[in-house]
Amino acid sequence: MIRLTDVVKEYPNGTHALNGLTLEIQDGEFVFMVGPSGSGKSTVIKLLIGEVEPTEGKVVVNGFSLRNIRERQIPYLRRTVGVIFQDFRLIEHKTVYDNMVFAMRAVGAGPKEIKKRIPYVLDLVGLENKSRRLPSELSGGEQQRVAIARALLNNPSTIIADEPTGNLDPARSLEIMRLLERINALGTTVLVVTHEKDLVNRFDKRVVMLERGRVVSDGKGYYGRRAQ
Amino acid sequence: MSRHNFFYFAREGAYNMFNHGFMSFAAIGVTVACLLIMGTFTLVAVNANAMLEDMEQKNQVLAFVDENLTEEEARALADDLEAVDNVRGVTFISREEAMENFQSKYPDEELYQDLEPEIFRHRYAIDLVDIGKMSETKAKLEQVPGIGEGNVNAYEDEAAGFITIRNVAGVVCIALISILLLVSVFIIANTIKLTTFDRRDEIAIMKMVGATNGFIRWPFVYEGFLLGLFSAVIGFFLQWGLYEMVTRSVDANDTIRLIRIVPFGDMWVYVAGIFLGVGMLIGVGGSLSAIRKFLQV
Ligand SMILES: Nc1ncnc2c1ncn2[C@@H]1O[C@H](COP(=O)(O)OP(=O)(O)OP(=O)(O)O)[C@@H](O)[C@H]1O
Ligand SMILES: [Mg+2]
Repeated sequence: MIRLTDVVKEYPNGTHALNGLTLEIQDGEFVFMVGPSGSGKSTVIKLLIGEVEPTEGKVVVNGFSLRNIRERQIPYLRRTVGVIFQDFRLIEHKTVYDNMVFAMRAVGAGPKEIKKRIPYVLDLVGLENKSRRLPSELSGGEQQRVAIARALLNNPSTIIADEPTGNLDPARSLEIMRLLERINALGTTVLVVTHEKDLVNRFDKRVVMLERGRVVSDGKGYYGRRAQ
Repeated sequence: MSRHNFFYFAREGAYNMFNHGFMSFAAIGVTVACLLIMGTFTLVAVNANAMLEDMEQKNQVLAFVDENLTEEEARALADDLEAVDNVRGVTFISREEAMENFQSKYPDEELYQDLEPEIFRHRYAIDLVDIGKMSETKAKLEQVPGIGEGNVNAYEDEAAGFITIRNVAGVVCIALISILLLVSVFIIANTIKLTTFDRRDEIAIMKMVGATNGFIRWPFVYEGFLLGLFSAVIGFFLQWGLYEMVTRSVDANDTIRLIRIVPFGDMWVYVAGIFLGVGMLIGVGGSLSAIRKFLQV
């Protein structure tokens, strides 16, 4: 579960990115987060994975309280949250398979686990026959699916995606969203930040809208309804 | 740490080291130089010390008695001599004994076999407590009536010389070692910073998926460890060669061959131990300081 209560985030240069934001996401939900540029969406994600600390308010993610989390706890929080970015963040000189191995090794997985888990997630994202390719030999959509597979490797309870379709054409974008929907159906909580209104409107999901660091609307199925 | 992780870290560390051939070469070079300078000064100090110990063992001076005194009168000086500071004990040697000693040293020289005892003098062999006070003691012994100025034989110059060498080698050693240690750590840290820079994307991914700082650190620690290990091994063999070379040229030189050199074989275990210890300290210290900053956030 994710819960932000009256969160204020002021960056060291004085910018107020969040101004009393409150938001709760239950386990198993699928949530879109939308809002104009600079409204604080990426800041929310950085807070959720312990990359920045809240200035005020409470942030709780999967049982970890981020307000005064000890630094050595952060890796364990991150193992419960798979993250996906617009720019894929794959290791260019490693094959798809070795990118997966790298991510599993990083959390101390053994060779047996690795052999079992990687084919499963590659199959889930539909890339089982491209595991020997380098990222540069894949399309953007395929690269993003590799990133999703990697995010799923350590069996996180939550997937967070910051503009996952920002670099993709509409057809690829829809594919990625459908994949995230399928992952959600398997029991994983999914939070997707996106700009793409049309895409959001094709799904009947909860949509949270931010403006100037606050939630201005939160409802099902459409983009742009004002909070009352 | 599990076995597969160990091999993974070791492989990554070695890969990084060879990947930055030039910087690794520079880092190893500086570390080897540091070890060699340190080792050389230490070995000089060890040798000076060994020679001092040799001298302390025959920590003896000879005091010649005035020729005009009879044997009886000469023997009577024993109490006066023993009363001098820093004297452990005295042994009287009569002119007859002195002659016999002399003759037994040169049994083949016929000329020496019919010497008269009168050309020798009665003497005392005097054992000292502290070799460092040799010249003061010598002066005091010369004041004893019946001995007189210029009649005490001592190796004060040699003793003072070795003490100076030992002290200077000690001080220079400590000063140089501290400077060189810092330089070596700095260069190794920068070598490893190159690796962390090359691998910043991978480090970011590791952090993203929840790798602990300890895990991220290990390959870099291994890299530093390997740099230190290589330096220690190369340094050890260079030091050995250098020492043998010096030993041989001392042996070949007539004027200084009397200096006894401690054989390398007596010390190699210590030299190897110190080189390994210091090399790894530098390597691991350098790598830890290189990645400290990287692991914040
Ligand atoms: N590291 C930072 N230091 C200072 N200010 C920052 C930092 N990161 C973000 N900001 C500021 O905080 C505000 C919110 O930024 P944020 O990245 O959360 O917006 P966003 O909603 O993700 O925008 P976009 O849709 O353009 O990605 C912006 O005004 C931004 O300039
Ligand atoms: Mg953003």
